[in-house]
Amino acid sequence: MVRILRNTKSAAVNPLKSSQPLGAAFAFLGVDGAMPLFHGTQGCTSFALVLFVRHFKEAIPLQTTAMDEVNTILGGADHLEEAILNLKIRTKPKLIGVCTTALVETRGEDCASDIANVKLKHVEELAGTEVVLANTPDFDGAIEEGWAKAVAAMIDGITRSGARTRQPKKIAILPGCNLTVADVEHLRDMVESFGLKPIILPDVSGSLDGTVPDRWVTTTYGGTSVEEIRELGTAAQCIVIGEHMRHPAKTLHGLTGVPYVVLQSLTGLKAVDRFVSVLSAVSGAAVPTRVRRRRAQLQDALLDGHFHFGGKKIAIAAEPDQLYQLATFFAGMGSKIAAAVTTTDMSKILEKVPAEWVQIGDLGDLEALAEGADLLVTHSHGRQASQRLGIPLMRVGFPIFDRLGSQHKLTILYEGTRDLIFEVANIFQANQHAPTPEALDPFRKREMPDELRSSPLTRH
Amino acid sequence: MTSLSVKIQDVFDEPACDKNRSKDAKARKEGCSKPLTPGAAAGGCAFDGAKIVLQPITDVAHLVHAPLACEGNSWDNRGAASSGPTLWRTSFTTDLTELDVVMGQGERKLFKAIRQIKETYAPPAIFVYSTCVTALIGDDIDAVCRRAAEKFGLAVVPINAPGLAGSKHLGNKLAAEALLDHVIGTVEPDDAGPYDINILGEFNLSGEFWLVKPLLDRLGIRVRACIPGDARYIDVASAHRARAAMMVCSSALINLARKMEERWDIPFFEGSFYGITDTSEALRKLAELLVRKGADAEILDRTDTLIAEQEAIAWKKLEAYRRRLQGKRVLLNTGGVKSWSVVHALMEIGMEIVGTSVKKSTVEDKERIKRILKDENHMFEQMAARDLYAMLSEGKADIMLSGGRTQFIALKAKTPWLDINQERQHPYAGYDGMVELVRQIDLAIHNPIWSQVQEPAPWDCQPAVKDDLASTKNGTDTVNALDDFAGAAAERLGER
Repeated sequence: MVRILRNTKSAAVNPLKSSQPLGAAFAFLGVDGAMPLFHGTQGCTSFALVLFVRHFKEAIPLQTTAMDEVNTILGGADHLEEAILNLKIRTKPKLIGVCTTALVETRGEDCASDIANVKLKHVEELAGTEVVLANTPDFDGAIEEGWAKAVAAMIDGITRSGARTRQPKKIAILPGCNLTVADVEHLRDMVESFGLKPIILPDVSGSLDGTVPDRWVTTTYGGTSVEEIRELGTAAQCIVIGEHMRHPAKTLHGLTGVPYVVLQSLTGLKAVDRFVSVLSAVSGAAVPTRVRRRRAQLQDALLDGHFHFGGKKIAIAAEPDQLYQLATFFAGMGSKIAAAVTTTDMSKILEKVPAEWVQIGDLGDLEALAEGADLLVTHSHGRQASQRLGIPLMRVGFPIFDRLGSQHKLTILYEGTRDLIFEVANIFQANQHAPTPEALDPFRKREMPDELRSSPLTRH
Repeated sequence: MTSLSVKIQDVFDEPACDKNRSKDAKARKEGCSKPLTPGAAAGGCAFDGAKIVLQPITDVAHLVHAPLACEGNSWDNRGAASSGPTLWRTSFTTDLTELDVVMGQGERKLFKAIRQIKETYAPPAIFVYSTCVTALIGDDIDAVCRRAAEKFGLAVVPINAPGLAGSKHLGNKLAAEALLDHVIGTVEPDDAGPYDINILGEFNLSGEFWLVKPLLDRLGIRVRACIPGDARYIDVASAHRARAAMMVCSSALINLARKMEERWDIPFFEGSFYGITDTSEALRKLAELLVRKGADAEILDRTDTLIAEQEAIAWKKLEAYRRRLQGKRVLLNTGGVKSWSVVHALMEIGMEIVGTSVKKSTVEDKERIKRILKDENHMFEQMAARDLYAMLSEGKADIMLSGGRTQFIALKAKTPWLDINQERQHPYAGYDGMVELVRQIDLAIHNPIWSQVQEPAPWDCQPAVKDDLASTKNGTDTVNALDDFAGAAAERLGER
């Protein structure tokens, strides 16, 4: 049984989290013609925007209601209304995704009824533009929670409710925020190879994949269309990837009756097998030869790669579902999860993480717990800890601002698992220490076997 | 909030700022930045501005009293360089939870956070930043800082610049006020001398001040405090004993410069280390101010000698680029480069300025630009992204120099681009810095990728394909024609 260790510090040191509204905006960015809007001061937006740009190396549509001192005291409804109308006129978006921030939530603004009023008052002006709201105060949750809330808000606000005629080949897929652009592209190929038609919400592979359009566009270009969201209820089946997407799937189920199945991770042979079995069952089609071939490649990668993983101590800091995805991957290769740090304690997936304990905390915790580990696994902010500890860093998640191409890195299905094995094995090979007489001297000060060492739990 | 409001009104009244003086009393009260349009605003908040100014002080622990986003989304994101301590790159925030906010536990948590930092890192000072939420719930960070300072025996400095107070620019000034109120003058140096200066508003981005400091060293001028670039707390605390100051580039810290002159009689001038003539001018003015304050006048001659020698070297190095850059058209789209000597140097080696943004320029600046460019049509207030994109797509400039905000407009328009704002990777200050800037421009413009990305895919060149087909002699036979076409195409595409 995993022990969840709560955070007891007063000062977070080197935060692991990015904020909840950022997560919501991220999800809205996976919709075609979208414009996320932060309801807060300009700084809330500016910080998130800069972080997105540093990660994606793209212009990112993100706007602000630009709250100041006066409307913080008098109320922000006017600014919200003005912002929505301005965005509609200037950028003609198909979707405005409003994300609240700590400022307006602390003030206790009733944004839902504010937006309802705006829609009522400006029916004609806002024709052709959906406006949805995700309540995402910064003092709660992190990217995962914000992402899931935005998806639930889109389904709740846009998807046509009621039982519909189901299209047997149409599959709704709700991917978690830990899937990269390459992951989503690859996922679509896999589902299509079974003759199924996937609708993926959100679809960052259409909008954040880094292309060069032939004109200047101020909203997203590509991603799930609003029309597709509206018609999600005609899907035969919904497949959920990541525990944090269970809530949006429930929302869809409640509205339309579309049944859902939750797959917590698509990384690792068995997890992928389960997914492929689901696809085969839903489509009634046999597993295509190409997929079988990929599976065989993964088997071979497992055989070639396991030498490098066995007994290695891995320290991971990531959002809950990604922590689970990576921890099960490493544990499945024979490594030991020496430290597991995550952002919030709200996720049920934490109970399944193959580690003795999971610390709710920050990269300061990771640094303290990772001593003696063979590999750090977290986002780019782990670079300082990596340097100080002299332990190599594998960059995963968000933000990755000091390496290019993070969005095009494949981490799921047979091929992605294969790539991960190679990536990690290569990091280990690149950091191998040459044998020296001193290190091997039988009279050197020897390390105690793991089980004789004091447990990190005693520290708390 | 009342004391904050007083502070804000105080910084809005800036006698040393020409722009501020030209306003009437009412306009002055409204502050420097224009009111923001919801849904069409860009730029950081006051907290952002305050943190930018103070964070490069390298041995201070910067503690942000806020829910996660203020610090969590923004830490370790600027390229200031340190020659020693790294504590400034460690991020500290009280990361307030819903429970903290609802239960009013903010002040307690802040106090404990200060203790935690003091016990773990033992810094010479902790700077505590208030933010929107902690200002809104009424946390008294002044009181907490006072008590913590007494209890733990170290400097704990409240920085009152919550985001909702206003723009980044305002935050810059509020940060300066915090230094004036709590830091500068609190430590008496035992080594003050007649050649001590302060540099204000220099951030040491990419370490670029290190391209300048050796020049000052050579002249025997000592930098008492460079605020904030690569500063130590003690440098800032004893900065009041400098004899002269230079305010770099921007009016962001003008209140700091002016008040230090008033309080401690440290004369200052506004100057820049960007560009050759400006660098020389700055060195000369520093020497002059020091002489005015009692330094030996012989420093003036030595300064002139150094300038002559360094300028000659720099111009010689730049001359090497003339052949490659002559006639190339530059679009300057930034409020960042205030230094017209950069423009001067680019024009000196034959480059042409096809446009420049004057959004942040003063009336005097605009006059100067007009004189330099000889064409006021090249000035624009602010260009909409779409227009900028159109201009670049049409190939009206060979390179755009700007900040990160417009980076992707240039890149998506397949136009060379160089970052000359705070995220830049290269040092551009001083004589060597100017040469480096020109080198980077050269590298950007002449990179071989441009011809690759600008040309369409071969199969999109339909007319050429049809011509090939039509000119095929056995045109009557479709199969033959296609065979021939395939063969011809393969020949064309293959190696020769």
